[in-house]
Amino acid sequence: MIEKIREIAKSWLDEGKVDVIIGYGEGTTPFTTKPIFITDSADVSKLVWNPLCRLNLAGYVRREILSGKKVGVIAKGCDSRSIGLLISEKQFERKDVSIIGVPCGGMVDSKTLRKEFGESNGERVIADWEKISVGDKSIPTKEILSNACKICRYPTPIHYDELVGEKIEGISVEEHDKPALEMLEKSKPERWEFYNKEFSRCIRCYACRQACPTCYCDECFVDSKDPKWMEKGQHPTDLTLWSLGRIYHQIGRCVECGSCESVCPMDIPFTEILAGMSKRVRELFDYESGIAVDEPPPLQTFRYDDPQEFIM
Amino acid sequence: MEKAEWKPKILAFLCNWCSYAGADLAGVSRFQYPPNIRIVRVPCSARVNPIFILKALQSGIDGVLVSGCHPGDCHYITGNYFARRKFTALKELMDFVGYDDGRINFSWVSAAEGGKFQKVVTETTERVKKAGPIKHFVKRDFQE
Repeated sequence: MIEKIREIAKSWLDEGKVDVIIGYGEGTTPFTTKPIFITDSADVSKLVWNPLCRLNLAGYVRREILSGKKVGVIAKGCDSRSIGLLISEKQFERKDVSIIGVPCGGMVDSKTLRKEFGESNGERVIADWEKISVGDKSIPTKEILSNACKICRYPTPIHYDELVGEKIEGISVEEHDKPALEMLEKSKPERWEFYNKEFSRCIRCYACRQACPTCYCDECFVDSKDPKWMEKGQHPTDLTLWSLGRIYHQIGRCVECGSCESVCPMDIPFTEILAGMSKRVRELFDYESGIAVDEPPPLQTFRYDDPQEFIM
Repeated sequence: MEKAEWKPKILAFLCNWCSYAGADLAGVSRFQYPPNIRIVRVPCSARVNPIFILKALQSGIDGVLVSGCHPGDCHYITGNYFARRKFTALKELMDFVGYDDGRINFSWVSAAEGGKFQKVVTETTERVKKAGPIKHFVKRDFQE
């Protein structure tokens, strides 16, 4: 599959269809990949495609397009949805980006990997769609998927110019909603306690914001000095306010790529709450983010008959 | 000194064109309602950023009421439709994380509905009283 990706990338660069190809390259430590920007077709051999290509590249696409380049990108289902969302928010146009769509078997959870394998001692690491193995120890990839990938509805890209590989079916709506419904089985005080405990571990590194393709405000509410929405320091209420504020801004926009959860150094769980919000948006506003590029996200539009039972 | 009975502190964001005038009408009509609300006049209910609400609660306010024009009556034509979606989103989020019922309230009150304003404030005060003094998600006590 990677040969085909490299071939397309090479031909696009040679033809001058794109100035830069954004894809994944080998990381500097085991079990990691990093985003790479290829401008010379001789470098396409640096591209890799494996279950460690977790990071959503749509944010880089936006940045490169705004700097005036013709951009090509390698996109999984979630990346392509994020690109679709950015187009629907008028950040750029569909014609500005050329997409190599790659159906994705799901990304592995880096924290589980570290737990299972520990630090690698220079043994040979194999990460492919069948198994992850270090030396003699080997685990099937399907068993260590990250939480977000376990409930992925669209593993096959929605928007693409070239599709590489066989299409993969996503799971049903019911399966997708399961983690959120399990969370909702807990009582309200239990949930409040759970989320406060989780959110209060936040160290305010803002990695979740940086990794998110949909977080692109020039000035984040958390950085604003006037008005000062958030104070400095580690007061638990400020940490909760940060997470709630960030998630609020994602409602109706999040494509559940799992980037925020995967980069969180404190392992704060976001999958359930973001899936829960997507579920409610689907039920209330009949909208799934990143699918239709000509339809604005739900909070940027309205219907005259929107539900309003909760309003006195 | 004996501790005074707890009175809820409620922050009300009222839209300039309808609910604020509704409150005014309630006043000139001499309708009695609980004196627990502090009114902030906003140009439109869509001016209310959900962060205002969270920030108010974090600052020790016991409950929040946001009130605007009825759908279709917005002075800015569509402001309250957008506001309705924003409040729906905030409500869904706060429900999911299990925040107290009754602390975040919304209503539509027109300039001609002094009586409804009285009812809304009474109902909001009752809900907040039921939720009790705010205990979690408070950074500091509210100082007037």
